[in-house]
Amino acid sequence: MTIYKIKKVLNSTLIHAILMSVALTCVFPVFWMISSSLKTQDQIFKSMSLLPGSLLDIFSWNWSNYIVAFVKADFGFYFFNSVFYTVVGVFFIILIASMAAYAFSRLQFFGKNVLFYMLIATLLIPIPGVFVPLYLLLKNLGLLDSRTGLLLCYISNGLAFAIFLLKGFFDQLPKEVEEAALIDGCSRFGIYWRIALPLAKPAIATLVIMNSLTIWNEFLLALVVLQDKAKMPIQRGLMVFQGTFITDYPMLMAGLTIATIPIVIVYLLMQKHIVKGIASGALKG
Amino acid sequence: MKLTLKEKLGNFSFVIPALALFLVFSLYPILRTFELSVFQWNGIDKDMVFVGLAQYKHILFNNPAFWKSMTNAGIITLLALTLQNGLALLLALLVTKNIRGENIYRTIFFLPPVLSGIVVGLIWKFVFDGNFGILNHFLAGIGFTNFIDYAWLSEVKTALFSVAVVHMWKGFGYGFIILLAGLQTIPVELYEAAEVDGADAWQQFKNITFPLLIPIFTIVTILTILGSMQIFDLIYSMTRGGPAGHTHVPITKIYEYMANGEFGYSTAMAVIFGLVLLIISFAQIYASKKLNYDK
Repeated sequence: MTIYKIKKVLNSTLIHAILMSVALTCVFPVFWMISSSLKTQDQIFKSMSLLPGSLLDIFSWNWSNYIVAFVKADFGFYFFNSVFYTVVGVFFIILIASMAAYAFSRLQFFGKNVLFYMLIATLLIPIPGVFVPLYLLLKNLGLLDSRTGLLLCYISNGLAFAIFLLKGFFDQLPKEVEEAALIDGCSRFGIYWRIALPLAKPAIATLVIMNSLTIWNEFLLALVVLQDKAKMPIQRGLMVFQGTFITDYPMLMAGLTIATIPIVIVYLLMQKHIVKGIASGALKG
Repeated sequence: MKLTLKEKLGNFSFVIPALALFLVFSLYPILRTFELSVFQWNGIDKDMVFVGLAQYKHILFNNPAFWKSMTNAGIITLLALTLQNGLALLLALLVTKNIRGENIYRTIFFLPPVLSGIVVGLIWKFVFDGNFGILNHFLAGIGFTNFIDYAWLSEVKTALFSVAVVHMWKGFGYGFIILLAGLQTIPVELYEAAEVDGADAWQQFKNITFPLLIPIFTIVTILTILGSMQIFDLIYSMTRGGPAGHTHVPITKIYEYMANGEFGYSTAMAVIFGLVLLIISFAQIYASKKLNYDK
């Protein structure tokens, strides 16, 4: 019996040892980024201490890096550009996709099935390099290097999956309430807006989180579409900064931390929705 | 219920915004890709020179750099399929063993996948730095002093492997989450019954876990292939394809040709690469259909 117990304890110790070492590998680079963002250039070049200074005197750490990063190194407006693209992009994805999904689920119109399958096809078929014709399209529309152009790309990118998920959700809602409202003289749009949309909150929450992560982290389209620094989101701004000040590591790490903190906060608060979104995304076929 | 034309148009107006965006920003660019691929064009001139399939032929037979980029992406994909997914499976199996702190581990393992490719690439570029990187400092600390000054990302020997390691670091949590969700759908009764019948841990894995996990594993495999083949942000932020093309991948090649104003050529490359991925996608559709039949 005791041997069995010892074996069990050893077993669980081994499991925890494996899991903890992997967890440490996950966390360390992020910790290193934050720690380095609070060091001076001198500390980066000369010492490899884990912390920027004594734990007892955190006020001696180089917090001013963040002020410089926000004000002088442009990360302030990169940050707010990212907030703008994320908020506006997600809003329109949800609005446009939920209207279309409601129609696909409840209403009759010409070519309904063909349209739906075309949308789903773009989810299943990978289209690499579509940024080349998109660049030319925006150029012809006079939307190159504009916020509108980038947002239109982001919004249309998010639609197919959002429509697919919301249609599935609307399909499962009972029709009786809506039929009663219709008899009471509520318009189709009124039913969508006042009844269906509020009921879809769980699916919408998942979509808000998933699309926020996608837009906040997006880089390639921002690279292709934007040249003007004043319009760049933070991912693009980071590359511009890195290309200009190659060895200013504390400032770069401060910029990286600024780009990461909102995502990590949202992630920690909304984990369940993200995991749900991943699962439904993976099983979409 | 018969609808009047007016009602049908009213219904149709619900999909107009989505349809307009889809047609202009998704469908049209896809079709345009094929159109551009048969022209030689720098994006500025009025005249596009029709060259038929000449650019396709050139890419396939006279462009070793393209094949090098395909091979590089293939190597990254292969490493991700084996090491990364193997680790994801191992961790998922360990975490389901009713251990304490399951939620904390899950939260931590999924942290790298939510970070942006640019952020991850730039952090690791700093970690890998020859002079000021913590990696060489750490290696020297445990006795490997010959790595002082070694620039992992600029050396031909290690650049691709280093990028692949970062890609796997960023990606394993994704497979982990999906596999964990899959594992948790397996009824506990099956294991209890096996226990009664005297099956050991390996037999339980071989005869219960593995067969029931095959559909999920197929999905993880295909997502890994599509994600790894289309890697871009990490490469762009760490090496930009260097040293001397040793970490170029298809998307960085397509971007490079486009940035050089070779719009026709870059789209022809995109079509070829897209066809390769399409074949993989068919496998995805096939696999998920099979999954639905099994239910």
